[in-house]
Amino acid sequence: MYDYEDGKLDWLAAGLPSEGTNAERPRAGDVARKDVPTCRLDERLGDVRDRVREAGWDACVVLNEERVVFGLLRSKELETDPDRRIEEAMRPGPSTFRPFVSIEEMAAFMIEHDLDSSPITTSDGRLVGLLRRQDAAKAALELHEREHHSDGGKA
Amino acid sequence: MPQPIDRDEMRRLVGAGAQLVEVLPANEYKEDHLPGAISMPLRRLEKEARSSLDRGRPLVVYCWDSA
Repeated sequence: MYDYEDGKLDWLAAGLPSEGTNAERPRAGDVARKDVPTCRLDERLGDVRDRVREAGWDACVVLNEERVVFGLLRSKELETDPDRRIEEAMRPGPSTFRPFVSIEEMAAFMIEHDLDSSPITTSDGRLVGLLRRQDAAKAALELHEREHHSDGGKA
Repeated sequence: MPQPIDRDEMRRLVGAGAQLVEVLPANEYKEDHLPGAISMPLRRLEKEARSSLDRGRPLVVYCWDSA
């Protein structure tokens, strides 16, 4: 007999598929944008800003070589001195969330704490994607409407 | 005593035909479980293991985490 010691938490935190009633409900990892721009600590802010803008984004996730999240650049940080290195310009150690968190929970948390975006990571800190508040709120609302509708409108 | 394994080893064993058993309560299994896992809550494990599991195939058990 073998014991997968890290268990279901490890599996779900890695963003791997599951089965069951929750599997059909969107979670943070499903809604997070995987196409978010990323950069390294040693890059020049001006170069990163150009790349981010060209891609139509106003945020960028700072990663190391193993795709572990080190920081976040939002509009505010992207607007600073273009000659700064990312390491100096970024907002270090942003709060991250695991991919299995329900989208309703994420939307409520982001609205309550006024977070525009949150990196979604595996339990070892590797980037899954960036969850934007408007995407989380939209997905939570759609889920609510779908479940409310399928319930025949019952409260 | 079960042998501790990590995720990669678990996937390898299950891919090779091992049985995967979740020992958490049935309601937790119903909400979320690993693909292909069967539910056998701890309190029923002793009783059901002999009748429900294939003794000829390796068995991998898991719960929520290592705590």
